Amino acid sequence: MSELFEIDNLQIQARKEDGTPIPIVKGVSFNVKAGQVVALIGESGSGKSTISMATMAYCRPGLEFPGGEVRLHGKDVLSMDPQDQRSIRGNKVAYLAQSAAATFNPAITIGEQVTEAAVLHGTLTQEEANRRAVALYHALELPDPERLGRRYPHQVSGGQLQRLMAAMALVSSPDLLVLDEPTTALDVTTQIEVLKAFKKVIQEEGSAAIYVTHDLAVVAQVADHIVVLYSGEVQEQGPTEQIINNPKHPYTKRLMAAVKPTPKAGMGEKLDEEHSRDIPNIEVKNMTAGYGGIVNGKPVITVLRDINVKIKNSHVVGVIGESGCGKSTLARVIAGLLPAAKGEVFLDGKKLEADLKHRSAEELQKVQFVYQMADTALNPRQMISDILGRPIEFYRGIKGKERREEVAKLLRLVELPVEFENRYPSELSGGQKQRVNLARALAAKPEIMLCDEVTSALDSIVSSNVIKLLKKLRDETGVSFVFISHDLSTVGSFADEIVVLYAGRVVEQGPVDHVLAPPYHPYTRLLISSVPELRVGWLEETMQKREMAVGIARGVEITDTGCPFYNRCPIAIDGTCNLETAPTQEPHPDHFISCHRSMEEIEAAENAPQQVLHGFEKADPDGDKAAKAH
Amino acid sequence: MQRMVIQRILIGLVTLWVVSVLVFIMTSLLPGDVASIVLGQAATPETLAAYRAANGLDQPLIFQYFGWLANMVTGDLGVSKAGGAKIYDLIAGRLGNTMFLAGLVALISVPLSVALGLLAAMYPGTWIDRSLTFGTLALISVPDFFIATFAVLILAVQLGWLPAIASVAPENTFWQMARGIAMPLIVLVIVVAAQMIRMTRAGILNVMNSPYIEMAILKGVRRKRIILRHAFFNTIGPIVNVIALNLAYLVSGVVIVETIFAYPGLAKLMIDGVQTRDLPLVQACAMIFCGTYVVLIIMADVAAILANPRLRNPK
Repeated sequence: MSELFEIDNLQIQARKEDGTPIPIVKGVSFNVKAGQVVALIGESGSGKSTISMATMAYCRPGLEFPGGEVRLHGKDVLSMDPQDQRSIRGNKVAYLAQSAAATFNPAITIGEQVTEAAVLHGTLTQEEANRRAVALYHALELPDPERLGRRYPHQVSGGQLQRLMAAMALVSSPDLLVLDEPTTALDVTTQIEVLKAFKKVIQEEGSAAIYVTHDLAVVAQVADHIVVLYSGEVQEQGPTEQIINNPKHPYTKRLMAAVKPTPKAGMGEKLDEEHSRDIPNIEVKNMTAGYGGIVNGKPVITVLRDINVKIKNSHVVGVIGESGCGKSTLARVIAGLLPAAKGEVFLDGKKLEADLKHRSAEELQKVQFVYQMADTALNPRQMISDILGRPIEFYRGIKGKERREEVAKLLRLVELPVEFENRYPSELSGGQKQRVNLARALAAKPEIMLCDEVTSALDSIVSSNVIKLLKKLRDETGVSFVFISHDLSTVGSFADEIVVLYAGRVVEQGPVDHVLAPPYHPYTRLLISSVPELRVGWLEETMQKREMAVGIARGVEITDTGCPFYNRCPIAIDGTCNLETAPTQEPHPDHFISCHRSMEEIEAAENAPQQVLHGFEKADPDGDKAAKAH
Repeated sequence: MQRMVIQRILIGLVTLWVVSVLVFIMTSLLPGDVASIVLGQAATPETLAAYRAANGLDQPLIFQYFGWLANMVTGDLGVSKAGGAKIYDLIAGRLGNTMFLAGLVALISVPLSVALGLLAAMYPGTWIDRSLTFGTLALISVPDFFIATFAVLILAVQLGWLPAIASVAPENTFWQMARGIAMPLIVLVIVVAAQMIRMTRAGILNVMNSPYIEMAILKGVRRKRIILRHAFFNTIGPIVNVIALNLAYLVSGVVIVETIFAYPGLAKLMIDGVQTRDLPLVQACAMIFCGTYVVLIIMADVAAILANPRLRNPK
């Protein structure tokens, strides 16, 4: 009896312009048994996505299969004629892509897209498929299942789309599910929600799955068997417990080392205080900002409310929160890209104009912005020497040979070879582009750099290298950083101070060691508990905690009155938290928590997490993220 | 969404008003004096002055403009300065001819070019796609008068199948009319279809690189259905805009083709008006042409808004 699915010595290659083959996947073999979840793990460029698509005899344009077999129920799908290959796709083998937002067709209703495969392959009639889809929406805990199918993709949230993609894959009851980084682009809290739903559905449906990711902690939660890939070759494979607890191959060990640790006090490095002066580098005072113009002194859509943040010289301030909390807006206000409706921004004790058009060249030079996507931030038609040289010339008036020397200095500073000055961005890898992106901001000799999710698009090994570089830059140049991220463990390892933003308000801020130690603001607590840990069974354990059950099920909602975290907070007080603005308390010097509960109550709740405190009786069954009004 | 549609229509009205100002100023700047052209060399200064006074030509320009605009809005296009016929009557027949030809061309060319564009996109790189791409590129590069002359040479002179001169008369039957305008019809279909075919093909192939198309492939959807159901609806916006521009060309830009085939259309009437310094006629024609552009572009915008589910179904 053959296995459900076997990949046998699979090879995939591209071709250079002159026709010489470039091997991408070099003889990979592994099996998937019925009901088993196999994880393919490796960093970007390891060929894991390419292999995952080969399960359906598909490869992206420009690639080809020179050898090997991919057998489903003992039959090789690579040698089938295109008609038969097509009848396998979406039918026997179903695929879930990384970004659901891009994978759903914007012009077609969700219902039609979810049921399309089953109806086209003739496994179900449209009626049956619709019923099955609704049953899957229920199983995936999606809101309003009966009417969801008539909506368009832009009308539901990102986490919901990700689960809808699972419904789309499962509708024709495939024998094998292929999941390609399905949670990588999500917030930690949304990731847990989606992981939980995937795991439940895979178990209930009894289908086998291939789970592609670079995140070992996620793998530990879902996989039975792990295949470690590097550069198109299998390095090591075995049962999850064995790989996680007893990795043999050095590359696996490297991957383990790059797993993000659970955020806790003392994870960062202490900074010697000699750099700091009394006047903070940047100070934001009572700032309110938003979009849609200003009416009666208030923005039409308020995003940030009464923000007070100080950034000391040569300090790193991490700004964390889920998407939609206003992190990027804060950076845009400081940079002057979005003038604040109320409040002031001070640079070295001097008030900055709200709008960057009115700021002086010197002020512009001192505040530099680094964008998340180096791909879009770097001009693809400019060579690196120009990308770095132009700000050097513009801000510092350095020209000619000296300009070239400065470019070389910058490249050395971000640990890139000097020869790169003659390259275009497209000739660089993702991590190298991000280094150029940082060097571009450094070229202005700024005092402060606003880094917006600069490591979020990178895989764990590359991202930890970029963090190392940022630490070095801070020590060597004395620049202050505002480091925006939704990734608490990265922030915890790098920042001196943390600002926790929730729904446009600062709910907690202070030195890292205080923010990442009890007492926590309930929201900080939720974020910390949501970071996956590298051990089997973590997901189940975590989901049993009451604070998670409530916090995960709902999303960010910006409110005008009361504490915005009210509807997700396990210790909220009905009648107080939803009506009155939370008072700011100072448990340690310079450590602020905005909460109606006293510090003793917060600590008591943490120590007795299963005890329902008074006031928590408001969980409504359909209080899903769909409830958020847009 | 309703707000967006109403906004588009209001912008269209403002555009029309701006156009009316421009048309009026431009025609006033044309060299030559209507009075001396109409009255000829025998005119004395007194008769010239009397003519100007009778026709309001001695008024300040701004008064002339508002008088003209008021008449125009109420449907009174004025009297031709050359010949004294009512401009409404001059234009009515010609406009009918132009619309008849443009309508037939649109009826044939729009479905034909969208279909051919989809066909090319469905089989990229095959001989169908290559010949369509090459053919349309060649036709776009060649000026329309050349295509027209060439068509006359082949179809009328060499083969003798069709009359070289387009003839339409009110008493003709539909088939006589159709045969009469076959030559300009063929030439115009070729000229406008080339652009629309290319745009349809490019629009579809552009969308074909999207992740949601890859997803459809991985769901086992046939290529035909991928193009017609998954790609086409995301390409409607750019396609209707090219269609609108080409239809507007059919009304106003066809003067060369009309001249070659001696087809009594509106564009030719306007050229005649320019030659005789018949300002009211030129102004009326210009307003009709601009109005056609504005209306077609608004229709394209509205169609693009309606085709966009994000705008049709807000969150």
